[in-house]
Amino acid sequence: MILLENVTKTYPKASRPSLDNVSVGIEKGEFVFFIGPSGSGKSTIIKLLLHEVSPTRGKVVVNQKDVTTLRSWKVPHFRRSIGCVFQDFRLLPNRTAYENVAFALEVIGKTKAVARRVVPEVLELVGLGGKEHRYPHELSGGEQQRVAVARAFVNRPLILLADEPTGNLDPDTSIEIMRLLDRINRTGTTVVMVTHDSNIVNQMRRRVIEIESGRIVRDQARGVYG
Amino acid sequence: MRVKYILNEVLVGLWRNVTMTIAMIITMSVSLTMLGASVLLYMQVDQMKEYYYGNIEVSIFLTDDVTEPQKLAIDEAIDSSSLVISKTYESKEDALKRFQKLWADTPDFVNAVGSNSLPESYRVKLSNPEKYAEFAKAVEGKPGIRQIIDQRELLDKVFKVFNSIQVMALVVAGFMAVAALLLVGNTIQVAAYSKRREVAVMKLVGASNWFIQSPFVLEAVVAGLIGSILGFVALFVSKIIVLDTKLQALATILTPIPNGNVWLMLPLLAGVASLFSAVTAWVTLRFYLKV
Repeated sequence: MILLENVTKTYPKASRPSLDNVSVGIEKGEFVFFIGPSGSGKSTIIKLLLHEVSPTRGKVVVNQKDVTTLRSWKVPHFRRSIGCVFQDFRLLPNRTAYENVAFALEVIGKTKAVARRVVPEVLELVGLGGKEHRYPHELSGGEQQRVAVARAFVNRPLILLADEPTGNLDPDTSIEIMRLLDRINRTGTTVVMVTHDSNIVNQMRRRVIEIESGRIVRDQARGVYG
Repeated sequence: MRVKYILNEVLVGLWRNVTMTIAMIITMSVSLTMLGASVLLYMQVDQMKEYYYGNIEVSIFLTDDVTEPQKLAIDEAIDSSSLVISKTYESKEDALKRFQKLWADTPDFVNAVGSNSLPESYRVKLSNPEKYAEFAKAVEGKPGIRQIIDQRELLDKVFKVFNSIQVMALVVAGFMAVAALLLVGNTIQVAAYSKRREVAVMKLVGASNWFIQSPFVLEAVVAGLIGSILGFVALFVSKIIVLDTKLQALATILTPIPNGNVWLMLPLLAGVASLFSAVTAWVTLRFYLKV
């Protein structure tokens, strides 16, 4: 599903590479944590998978597509198979929960009718039934992140990327979000999550890949934060 | 739905930044008016050349003391030139008659001119008025010729004036166009900034590039179209006011500008305006919305 082959990423003007000769494979339906201190290169992996940045060297394959050679005009279509959640939610403040999710569908060409059918369903799934017409500022942090998850998942992506999704949430709310991601993972969606929340990693007991200074130092099937 | 969404975005975009939109439209319309005027002038000069060059003659004025053999020699020289289409001889009496007719409104002036004061002349029509120099060489210097006047030279002076007006209009159009396009770039930048969250989400969920960019590009195009319509109206109104009423005297020298030509400016200006604004907007987006 996801394959990184000898990937090195050096940002311009950086003294050392963010990722240094990293190779890792992730199977369909896996749930993987990337952990490590700030600046270790975890987030660069998300960026590579989204084709926001290109590797300096090496090969990145997502959904059998070699991202490195992907033409730039094909990137939008490629991204439709990937959902993404961030620490800062990235919701549109002037749109309701429903509209935020529907927006993601409408801008990729889905009709309003499709949105009317699918959006309530996915909001129900993330536990926001009845709060469809609240604006982000009327929702708690956890609820806002649920909207973001709903938006990422509404298009039924093959992969869900989560960049520190619990970074702005209290522990209890974080656990709820993790339960939600777990539920999504059980539908067959591959989940890749970057975090440094040790509680969560220890509780989930999923595959853990630890990165330090751009290198993989640990890859454990049912790991803990350690 | 998507069309409706995009159109709505365009209108909201133009309205959000309405003072900038107005500035953009005004500069654009001034630039386009100048462009239209210079194109019209160009067409006009072309048409006038065609019209006048068909009628111009070379006048060969003879001295008062010209002798018959001298006249004969001149006559022969004219006839032997392959450039000559036709030739008429105007005697002193004919010249006076023509003069009297021409200035019939001012009898005092006419009376002051005696029958002897106008010279005899040959009026020669050339097959190609541009080859005047060649013809002049063949005839020049013959005794009995006082002066050879090429009407084309006079006309060319008039055309030169038109030409410089045209160049001036083009220069102004160019400067205004630069200002207008900078404003377009600026407007698009502001628009892209105020919609940065939407754009970020759109990129994230995989909206196609054209879908992200088209509202911005269309915003510029719509402003350009409004500008071109205003520019066209300004052109039409000034044509009516300046040429059809205020400067009718000038209009008798100018061949009339057909309204059809003025109408032709509408699609031209609209095309130029929308093309240039679209390209400017698109280039601006390349820099500010890296997709």
